[in-house]
Amino acid sequence: MSWFSQTLTSSIGKKLLMALTGLFLISFLVIHATINAMIFYNDGGETFSHWGHFMGTNPIIRTLEIGLVAGFIIHIADGLILWKNNREARPVKYAVNNASANSTWYSRSMGLLGTLLLIFLVIHTSHFWIPNRSNQFATGEELNLYQMMLDIFQNPVVVLIYVLGCVSLFWHLLHGFKSAFQSLGLNHVKYNGVISFIGTAFSIIVPILFALMPISIYLGWVK
Amino acid sequence: MRLSLKVWRQSNKEAAGGFEDYKLDNVSPDMSFLEMFDVLNEQLIEEGKEPVAFDHDCREGICGMCSMYINGRPHGPLRGVTTCQLHMRSFKDGDTIVVEPWRAQAFPVIKDLVVDRDAFDRVISAGGFISVNTGNAQDANSLPVPKEAADDAFAAAACIGCGACVAACKNASAMLFVSAKISQLALLPQGQAERSIRAEKMVAQMDAEGFGACTNTGACSAECPKEISLENIARMNREYIGAKFSSSAV
Repeated sequence: MSWFSQTLTSSIGKKLLMALTGLFLISFLVIHATINAMIFYNDGGETFSHWGHFMGTNPIIRTLEIGLVAGFIIHIADGLILWKNNREARPVKYAVNNASANSTWYSRSMGLLGTLLLIFLVIHTSHFWIPNRSNQFATGEELNLYQMMLDIFQNPVVVLIYVLGCVSLFWHLLHGFKSAFQSLGLNHVKYNGVISFIGTAFSIIVPILFALMPISIYLGWVK
Repeated sequence: MRLSLKVWRQSNKEAAGGFEDYKLDNVSPDMSFLEMFDVLNEQLIEEGKEPVAFDHDCREGICGMCSMYINGRPHGPLRGVTTCQLHMRSFKDGDTIVVEPWRAQAFPVIKDLVVDRDAFDRVISAGGFISVNTGNAQDANSLPVPKEAADDAFAAAACIGCGACVAACKNASAMLFVSAKISQLALLPQGQAERSIRAEKMVAQMDAEGFGACTNTGACSAECPKEISLENIARMNREYIGAKFSSSAV
């Protein structure tokens, strides 16, 4: 095995991959949340559609999109491999385990939270991204994503699924953001405070912003 | 104090184990947890039964031999304390205490509460040492060490290798132990010659032993009797990734 694949398949290498892809996906969330927040201009989707069109057609963005899909696949596959390896490291469980005395439940449940997010991701992409890209591929025309949003978020069940997706995202980020820095070895007394603060703020602000989108449309605040 | 104990009994590596219930009527709150087990074993011997096997040596919190997963936590309910330094005053009269061995693929149960921790020794053999030439040692003052580095190295070297980090970790990861051992040598001038290869070999051996990977829950450090810091795991990640991408060992 070459030194490179040896590195990436080691326990620390797998953590490195989780951290790098995790931070990359976090950077994607910034862009995604910013552009989608354009619906709050409440201008009939004009600003949102302008930027949506840019994201859907700009060749640089479309190339980066391949990296984004790869980032998702690596993060998910690597996460599942780690989950399996880590389970195998303790074949006999404890009869009594007081784990809450030494760690938070969400830091121990990243696999579960990630799985919930994966289910949400399948539902979410089949609502918007997959139909839109398929249509672009077939006809070269983009779909009216703004109108699709207005229609899809009339269903309270869908709104609830999206809000629950955001709740999972909150807990996943609350551990994942800080954890990524630790895995990269970026633990320093001068910066730990600011990493922790930004991580917590990010985990709260971004999911709330996302959750407000289906809620606002359902309640008719955004038309 | 009157206590009920549920203790894991397993006659050897291959045998299927199970819990046995014991009652102790006359436990002094001043006894250490291991002394309480001595009393239990005397009682068992008098009854003509097999005493409970458990690891212990110095009984003063520095050797790293004692283990025991007590009521769901390694070394019991206190912070920064080994099982031998845990006293019965930390429990209440009438308590039921559940005692299990460390659970990890890499730490197979030998008997009852005794697990085989040779995996740690093999990780150390892989690189947790410095090579020193024979002859007179040079004057210590000719090797300047920054105070902060000396303090951090000393804090890492406080690890007694008991394995509580592995026992506490949901992934049975040994990263707190291995990182403490890598750190104590990486921080000092004597450790520089083998710094890269040490990180590469110790991590490779850690993986080969079947320990899990770190998910940064912090359980290891919270349960460590020597309160080894998570900073060491970050340092090990830097040492390993840096070594892998820059050392001349291919």
